[in-house]
Amino acid sequence: MDSTVASTGTEEKTWGGGNNPLRASYGKLMMWFFIVSDALTFSAFLAAYGFSRFKFVNEWPIADEVFTHVPFLHGQELPMIYVAFMTFVLIMSSVTMVLAVDAGHHMNKAKVTIYMFLTIIGGAIFVGSQAWEWATFIQGDYGAVQTKGGNILQFGEYVTVDGVEKFKRVSIEDLAIAKESDRVDHERKNGLWFEDEGTLPLFSVAEIYAGLEANENVRVRNQMLDENGHKTVLSRAESLKQIKENGKLVVKGANLEVNEYGTTLFADFFFFITGFHGFHVLSGVVINIIIFFNVVLGTYERRGSYEMVEKVGLYWHFVDLVWVFVFTFFYLV
Amino acid sequence: MAHEHKLEIFRGRWKFKSNTQKIWGVLAFLTFITVIEVVLGIYKPDMFMHTFMDPFEGGGFFSTLGNVILSPIVYMKPLNLIFIVLTIIKAYYIAWDFMHLRDETGSMRKMVVWTGVFLICYLMFILLQEGGYVFNVYNGKDALIKHNF
Repeated sequence: MDSTVASTGTEEKTWGGGNNPLRASYGKLMMWFFIVSDALTFSAFLAAYGFSRFKFVNEWPIADEVFTHVPFLHGQELPMIYVAFMTFVLIMSSVTMVLAVDAGHHMNKAKVTIYMFLTIIGGAIFVGSQAWEWATFIQGDYGAVQTKGGNILQFGEYVTVDGVEKFKRVSIEDLAIAKESDRVDHERKNGLWFEDEGTLPLFSVAEIYAGLEANENVRVRNQMLDENGHKTVLSRAESLKQIKENGKLVVKGANLEVNEYGTTLFADFFFFITGFHGFHVLSGVVINIIIFFNVVLGTYERRGSYEMVEKVGLYWHFVDLVWVFVFTFFYLV
Repeated sequence: MAHEHKLEIFRGRWKFKSNTQKIWGVLAFLTFITVIEVVLGIYKPDMFMHTFMDPFEGGGFFSTLGNVILSPIVYMKPLNLIFIVLTIIKAYYIAWDFMHLRDETGSMRKMVVWTGVFLICYLMFILLQEGGYVFNVYNGKDALIKHNF
């Protein structure tokens, strides 16, 4: 280092950088600066989410009805289970990280290597789970009809399970009666050359309406909350009327413009906040891999301190900390 | 670079022999809280689904102030309040034990926590207050905007 850094001979003195403010090293202190500012970024996103949710408090979907899937358990409604698993994986990888930091304090290279490796695996499982969660969310579940005003109308019927009357959702695929139609996709070559049309919806509103007319039990549920906090189920006559008069677009799944679960903003915030968090996890995994190789190569052994592991550890725990809040505000509250 | 760890949590009610043991203890505690959250989230007990207290009526200065101060009780379902409190408890143990804030100097802890907590509380207050106001503009008795079509 002497060849690259000018030595002033004052390194031990205060103005030569000889003291550590707050008894933390420079690198750790800077990591804390970053973490506090990043925490403010995340809280700004979550506050914006809260704002939009308060604004559309009726139209906001109920998380238990949105995130019900678990891999390999197709067709079962198990809200919360998978996301609880994801939370546990992330907390677990936080634990292996803090164990790696602890092993680093004891200069135990073998243990640091193993724990860093486990941390990376945990992070990878989490990112993979999040990708699956996104795919399921985008894919959609039952489908719905969007009205002119942008509200979502969902379908279902009352069934009695174990003596309790329940509203069971009906998928648009089961409901719609396909009709012949000469609706064609607008393409550049046979229409306005500067305009493209996205993919057409699975069904037209007329096909859904025909299906609704044919199935006597099926009713429409809108987004308004009744006094018990449940979404309002319309009467049969009102259901038909709503679809006929206000139905505009059949939607299945979610994207940034529409989603079948409720107000559009819900999907926007879901993609944005979990995406931003997922990006943090991804970059955390990349940084962890770099540190892992440094550990294996013995860089920190030669340096005489595993403080670098501690610094990336701080970042990794922060990612976990943020997830705790994202979990609460997207899945629980 | 002192590496002494404070080896107790819950204000000394739970002591550990080594740092590694403390880590596993904290993991057990965090898992326990997550399990409580998930169970409450799945079963949603009826007793927590309605607020225990109604907001003050009238709209005068004191009733508005009272509603603002007591907003977690008068507006929020107890279940959601429980979730948020449990989340903050989890965040505390992650920051204190995993991020070693417990072992840092007091001034460093305050620098990190007070700054964040103050700014986040402020941001939450103004944005949520405004969100509630916009909701009333849309849905109040004299709302000029219709969106139920």
